[in-house]
Amino acid sequence: MIQRKYIESLAKAGLRADGRAFDEYRKPISVEYGVSAKSAEGSARIKIGDTEVIAGVKMELGKPYPDKPDQGSIMVNVELLPMASPRFESGPPSIDAIELARVVDRAIRESGSINFKKLCIEPGEQCWTVIIDIYPINADGNLFDACSLAALAAVKDAKMPKLNGDVVDYKNKTDEGLPLEKEALECTVYKVGGQLLVDPTVDEELAATARLTVGVTDTNHICAMQKGGFETLTEEEVLKIVDMAIEKTTELRKELKNGKPYKI
Amino acid sequence: MSYKKRFDGRKLTETRPMIAKIGVVKNAVGSAMFQIGKTRAIAAVYGPRELHPKHLQNPSSGRLRCHYNMMAFSGSGDRVRPGPSRRSKEISYVTEQALSPVLDLSSFPKTVVDVYIELVQTDAGTRCAGICAASMALADAGIRMKDLVTAISVGLVAGTAVVDLDYDEEAHEEGAVDIPVAMTPRDGQITLLQLDGDISKEDFAKALKLAKDACAEIYEVQKQALKEKYTEDKK
Amino acid sequence: MGEIKVKEKEVVTPGDILASGMDYIPTDGAFRDGEDVIASQVGLVNIKGRLIKVMPFNGVYIPKMDDVVIGRVSDMTFSSWFVNVRYAYDGVLSLKDASSDYIERGADLSAYFAIGDYVVAKVTKVTKSMAIDLTMKGPGLKKLTTGTVVEITPQKVPRVVGKMGSMISMIKETTGCQVIAAQNGRIWIGGKEPKMERLAIEAIQLIEENAHKSGLTEKVKDFLTKGAKK
Repeated sequence: MIQRKYIESLAKAGLRADGRAFDEYRKPISVEYGVSAKSAEGSARIKIGDTEVIAGVKMELGKPYPDKPDQGSIMVNVELLPMASPRFESGPPSIDAIELARVVDRAIRESGSINFKKLCIEPGEQCWTVIIDIYPINADGNLFDACSLAALAAVKDAKMPKLNGDVVDYKNKTDEGLPLEKEALECTVYKVGGQLLVDPTVDEELAATARLTVGVTDTNHICAMQKGGFETLTEEEVLKIVDMAIEKTTELRKELKNGKPYKI
Repeated sequence: MSYKKRFDGRKLTETRPMIAKIGVVKNAVGSAMFQIGKTRAIAAVYGPRELHPKHLQNPSSGRLRCHYNMMAFSGSGDRVRPGPSRRSKEISYVTEQALSPVLDLSSFPKTVVDVYIELVQTDAGTRCAGICAASMALADAGIRMKDLVTAISVGLVAGTAVVDLDYDEEAHEEGAVDIPVAMTPRDGQITLLQLDGDISKEDFAKALKLAKDACAEIYEVQKQALKEKYTEDKK
Repeated sequence: MGEIKVKEKEVVTPGDILASGMDYIPTDGAFRDGEDVIASQVGLVNIKGRLIKVMPFNGVYIPKMDDVVIGRVSDMTFSSWFVNVRYAYDGVLSLKDASSDYIERGADLSAYFAIGDYVVAKVTKVTKSMAIDLTMKGPGLKKLTTGTVVEITPQKVPRVVGKMGSMISMIKETTGCQVIAAQNGRIWIGGKEPKMERLAIEAIQLIEENAHKSGLTEKVKDFLTKGAKK
């Protein structure tokens, strides 16, 4: 399999096929807010190189879980649209889609980025659930980071809908954003040819032996982790990856700040 | 009661502003985005490629398969639960029938051409926007076509004939008739026709004529978008 | 009589009327509908006397006899390999066409070509139902063991090759890489320096993006010269 050999031999020599450094993301990275402004409470489109992901937030009214009566919640869903890649098939969510959703969820949830208590309207009776739906439009590598970035951007863009008693008025949004108190983002580092690199292309992903996704908060604390791949990482590699993730999520968070309103 | 002034100030026969772009999904063989008013559809084409399961293969021709889907946050109000619904399956099916007449897949036996249509944001007229996007995506993919397919909804709002109903018009308290129509503009043949409501034969015939005129406009938008991709800037 | 309604090299879309009258004969990318000749694909008009055709910008690879293709082995049986050639159906490479060596029945086929291997092969037969036969016997046909493969739109391959191979020679000379451009839109690049391999790949991508524009040769030459200097 020459593609894999090619990528591995380049990596061993300290190189990547497109000339990037191991710790370099593709350019441009773009964040556009309000891609579905008419319909969603919050939405965003992000691009990392040719990887493009759209995420949207819908707020749903419901009853809190009995064990957390004073809290609302989130739900994250990823659909690997068949249009995004010839490798994605129609049908129920694949394990890749499920893993992506759960990993994106983990960083937001465990970091306390969204204050669940502030999503509670009436303890035991009514609370908000923030539902984040994420759709890759063009999959060209690094979906973990792209989906994490898109999700957070959509949440940042979101405004609370008006509530008339028991009925949500989706047509009229308030000026109030979601109770977003932290901005946790994820960076995934892949091990290819024994080297650690960020923002892989599809060929690099296929040549990788393992990967580690690290969720990092704005205070550089780790809030989530997921190792993937069927081979191993050393302790040293794991610690190096954490350093890389802290550095890179800081950069990605800047892109959120530089985000612009979506214009066709 | 009649509906004289449209909610958004448009003339009765005026479509909402349209934007069309080609090549928006790089991995696909062909793709396009079509927006009319606030309704935005992205279509991507893969194929001709192998068709599974084998028993669906047609030994003398390729098959067209359309997949219409609304993103969960793209509805007008509540979240749309992900996954195929009866509505999306029906729309996928009529979309296939709207596009098939222009395709000749006889030189690709046993294959399938998959057209994926995603709605990012909606304000009525989604199946028509999807068909307009899909038609451009198929052309972008280099699939041989006899013509492009254009689609628009026409109908009555509180008894008044209009072109391109938006969500509020469809939901008008005095009732609306919604008629999505798709046509091949060159010969004026109809490839999609559905109707919801209560309308006289005469009003229906008039509405059909309005659809034809609107489709001619949309045809120009589609052609322009396809040509734009390949026309060099004239200095 | 008749009338041509478009100009040479005009961009047309499906449904555009190219000419009217029975004098004109549609070939590729065009068809007759009553009195008119109509475009069936998005592409450039090409008029040669009474023949009108449209050269499409895009499309999938359609195998033709004698095409040189770069395939990827996708499966095998005890007597043949299935090879993905970027078409809807895989090509078949049978034992007898695989090698000039005598391969015994029951031999381990993966010793020759394993799943995932890239090979340069030739199309020997295309049936009506698009079943394709391949051969590896012939000059230049071989298994690829080094380098990398990139994919472009099959319609753009002639631009990568150039008139009498001029474009591809320019790429090979400036970068010092070996380049094989196959009809099915796969291009293999093999060089000694990753920097030069990347330059070759970027030049090919430049050609793909600008294939329909004039002045392409100059643009590519410029790009390669600048890149080689760095």
